[in-house]
Amino acid sequence: MMNRKLICGTGALTASLFAAMPAWAQEAAAAAPVPNPGNNAWMMTSTLLVLMMILPGLALFYGGLTRSKNMLSTMTQIGGVTALAMLMWVIVGYGLAFGPEGNQFISWGKFFLAGVTPDSTAATFTDEVISEYVFIAFQMTFSAITVALVLGSVVERMKFSAVMAFTVVWLLIVYYPIAHMVWEARGVFFVMGALDFAGGTVVHINAGVSALVAALILGKRKGYPAEPMPPHSLTLTFVGTGLLWVGWFGFNAGSALEANGSAALAMINTFVATASAALFWMLAEKFSGHKGSALGYCSGIIAGLVAVTPAAGNSGPFGAIVLGAVASIVCFIFVSKVKPALGYDDSLDAFGIHGVGGIVGAIGTGIVYAPSLGGPGGADFDMGGQLVTQVSAVAATIALSVVGTAIAIYIAKAITGLRVSPEVESDGLDIGEHGERAYN
Amino acid sequence: MKFIIAIIKPFKLDEVREALGAIGVAGMTVSEVKGFGRQKGQTEIYRGAEYSTNMLPKVKIEVAAPDDLAPKIVETIQQVASTEAIGDGKIFVLDLASAVRIRTGEAGDTAL
Repeated sequence: MMNRKLICGTGALTASLFAAMPAWAQEAAAAAPVPNPGNNAWMMTSTLLVLMMILPGLALFYGGLTRSKNMLSTMTQIGGVTALAMLMWVIVGYGLAFGPEGNQFISWGKFFLAGVTPDSTAATFTDEVISEYVFIAFQMTFSAITVALVLGSVVERMKFSAVMAFTVVWLLIVYYPIAHMVWEARGVFFVMGALDFAGGTVVHINAGVSALVAALILGKRKGYPAEPMPPHSLTLTFVGTGLLWVGWFGFNAGSALEANGSAALAMINTFVATASAALFWMLAEKFSGHKGSALGYCSGIIAGLVAVTPAAGNSGPFGAIVLGAVASIVCFIFVSKVKPALGYDDSLDAFGIHGVGGIVGAIGTGIVYAPSLGGPGGADFDMGGQLVTQVSAVAATIALSVVGTAIAIYIAKAITGLRVSPEVESDGLDIGEHGERAYN
Repeated sequence: MKFIIAIIKPFKLDEVREALGAIGVAGMTVSEVKGFGRQKGQTEIYRGAEYSTNMLPKVKIEVAAPDDLAPKIVETIQQVASTEAIGDGKIFVLDLASAVRIRTGEAGDTAL
């Protein structure tokens, strides 16, 4: 979604001047940009689609993968951090990421949305504008899903209170700065020209790497990996996968910020890269001597969606198909071979799919952007130079995520103790943390 | 009277029920059970994590029958439920001391 300068509306001020100075007012009205209702409507729809990705999409996807005694805990943690991220966004998040004052690392101003009115507008990539409230809401859902994704590695053992404390610190020191650096016009990666259409670095690499660090500090689930911990409902995981795929059109095509040709390209790519990744994961299973599985199909879909996120409007459809296939195979090898060999407990593979798939997607975007491969890059596109830029943005994001997550987790540990007692972990977090059971 | 317990593969239940009906069995009790024998279990794989389950789903049929019908029942179940592969199950025959129909209080063979 790269970003553009925000143009503040002056509705209240000009309204009072209209009566006294009709001629001047007319001229000002002609100059003030007005959102195209079609674009506004698409961005409102996209915003809601991203919310649907979280609730119930991600909640069902992650919930089905946990054991039945932790179903409600998983869903409630996702719901809790989503609501918290929304409130933090309107209080400080928007100002820190997209505020009027700032430098290449952070911005400030517009805290508590000061000065934003229904007439305020945000620029898109063309001469069009959309309502600033819509832009704020759209970006708000991105911050919410990113922190919710991190939880995939720490479910079934982290306290609800610790999850909430972690979220406050992590959003402040990791998410808002990275969102500013990648998407805001003054941001360091934006200026470098890193290609990231819908948030491969900000959302997926960031969430995946943070998930890995959080899981390493938190430690393994009791009994992992000796004790069997199969998913309690792949049916719900499948339902959640479908909701994520549909919602992802808001995430990717919405990142064009208009209902235009760029959004159309992002849409077709979000279909075909994902379809390719779903089948290639099952093929990888088959070639490893196993059966093509439902969970493999779902995992492939997520890997494909993650990989096509930075490439959505930056690739031709056939580049996207190849990108989806490659990401799927790399993620399959990572979660089924590399992770067991390393022995850490990234419970639902938040790093294995979002981190690894995000890195493949971000670097791959520097390749599929080339016009010779059907991408939208210009004739003078320099693939070598672009790859250096892509890798630098990835490396810097990883460094920030690692340091910031470590700080956020240790602060959460100091405040809450971080991990539930062995007894609660054994009984399940549904009863231990929330006093309920998912199934009666 | 005899009490016959047969553990069979779930997909054979309908065939066994029909065959027993044809030789005059008037009732049976069926439950879904889990267990293992020579067929040790199966392997499940979730994103590369392999879990071997050592209990397999089976169906348990219980039939109470007069002494003269019991051998025919055992023979029928054995023939119909067999796939000639391990995991086909077992049949157990027990002596049955008494039987009472709750509605009428009838006892013995007439209660079956």
